[in-house]
Amino acid sequence: MAISTETSPAPPAPRKRVKQSTGRAGDKVFLGLSRGSGILLLVLMASIAAFLTYRSVLAISKDDTNFLTTFNWDPAAAKPTFGIAVLLFGTVVSSVIAMAIAVPVAVGIALFISHYAPRRLAAPLAYVVDLLAAVPSIIYGIWGALFLVPYLEGTNLWLDQYLGWTYIFDKTEVGVARSIFTVGVLLAIMILPIITSVSREVFLQVPRINEEAALALGATRWEVIRLSVLPFGRSGVISASMLGLGRALGETMAVATVLSPSFLISGHVLDAGGGTFAQNIAAKFDEANPLGRDALIASGLVLFILTLLVNGAARMIIARRKEYSGANA
Amino acid sequence: MAKRIDVSGLTAYYSAHKAIEDISMTVEPRSVTAFIGPSGCGKSTLLRTLNRMHEVTPGGRVEGKVLLDDENLYSSSVDPVTVRRTVGMVFQRPNPFPTMSIFDNVAAGLRLNGRYKKSELNDVVEKSLKGANLWNEVKDRLNKPGSGLSGGQQQRLCIARAIAVEPQVLLMDEPCSALDPISTLAIEDLIGELKERFTIVIVTHNMQQAARVSDRTAFFNLSAVGQPGRLIELDETSRIFSNPSVQATEDYISGRFG
Repeated sequence: MAISTETSPAPPAPRKRVKQSTGRAGDKVFLGLSRGSGILLLVLMASIAAFLTYRSVLAISKDDTNFLTTFNWDPAAAKPTFGIAVLLFGTVVSSVIAMAIAVPVAVGIALFISHYAPRRLAAPLAYVVDLLAAVPSIIYGIWGALFLVPYLEGTNLWLDQYLGWTYIFDKTEVGVARSIFTVGVLLAIMILPIITSVSREVFLQVPRINEEAALALGATRWEVIRLSVLPFGRSGVISASMLGLGRALGETMAVATVLSPSFLISGHVLDAGGGTFAQNIAAKFDEANPLGRDALIASGLVLFILTLLVNGAARMIIARRKEYSGANA
Repeated sequence: MAKRIDVSGLTAYYSAHKAIEDISMTVEPRSVTAFIGPSGCGKSTLLRTLNRMHEVTPGGRVEGKVLLDDENLYSSSVDPVTVRRTVGMVFQRPNPFPTMSIFDNVAAGLRLNGRYKKSELNDVVEKSLKGANLWNEVKDRLNKPGSGLSGGQQQRLCIARAIAVEPQVLLMDEPCSALDPISTLAIEDLIGELKERFTIVIVTHNMQQAARVSDRTAFFNLSAVGQPGRLIELDETSRIFSNPSVQATEDYISGRFG
């Protein structure tokens, strides 16, 4: 609030009075606007959190089993039982798969656009990647269901054959898999553009002088990237990934269209079944009774907390190496 | 360790703009050669052609020859990456790798060249930091980030990084222009020591500095803004500053223009 002291009226200076007063009025208006926006955001966040918490408490108090560990969703039963274990598992696993695929590919594309591609190719390529972000998620969902699901079969079989021993990639059922893995692949494609374009911006901001430091030591192009570009862009890539992860965690329509949901936890990611928070809410909200709606809101609260935790962790990673970051060079 | 540089008929361009034209000169080994001249005369450009850094700039290209002893740096069989490992460079603004510790900054060049044992790296880092007169100030915090040092210390760190790979030539592009007088003095003293081992070329805007540190001085000038820079004369520093053979040199060093 240091700013407010500067805007308090100064002793009168008659000669410059007119000019000063307009400047001060502008200052006050702008201060009011910016402070107001900040407060509005906090109020919004607090009221969302309060709403979610209130309705969640209503629901969880009527839940006949443990809300966190139950593999079932039946709030309409005489003894309502519902739990988010399956949803938490499905959301986290599909997002982890999406991140594992999308982050390396996005960083690769971003590096290609910023440091390898000739200018004539870089601009259209960047544009096309940004265009991917403009496709509505339901279109991704339909494309995923009609195209990706059948065409991933070969990949699934290959993973089963060579990585089946890991248990995770053991495919225990035959047939097309509307599985968590397929969802992860689809989410990877959907979060690719945001991670790519933010990373690209960061890579383009690496100071010329840092890259020349590496070049002058006799670094090849890859070594320049390793010595100067990646360390400088590291926190930016983490932030970009968090934006992507946020989208993956909350994606609804595409997941609902592709996944064939079930309330089972299976470590075999190639098998059909499972569910995510957002998908489950979209699938059940219309037909839910009041308790069912509150139960779904309670699951939304868990997603809200999950997102907060993930963002907090990312901030910690960035802050831990702050003194080494490019910012204080 | 130190090699002679022979520049002949060198012209450098930024896209269509000709920055320097038809420069021929010799830089003697184990000595300090200073490049002076008004802004835009191409002295930094010439410096950057000596380790093939000029062509890193978009549109940068070069005609002519630069011989390091007898090898033409611009012959088609020469890899610019190899050239830069033999001809080190220190920049106008200190540019340590911000994410690396002091130790890693000095070891960076060696690690590019291949695998070294930890003990070998320790030796080279100590030797280079001593060579850059920085060892006593940083020996207790080698694992702290290089970007936490003062400007003058950072610049000496960059010198240590450059000499750690034992280059033949050390190019310095206005190495003191971002530093305070005391740090400047430290770097100038260091240049005096380093010339025992390396061929040094230094670009400077500060004529007192050229007079203090260099053995030979090259004066560059341009006939008008937008025109290419040319070498006016190259001679013993004492002669350039007392009795130059070209009138333009005398006008410049006596402060009549530039």
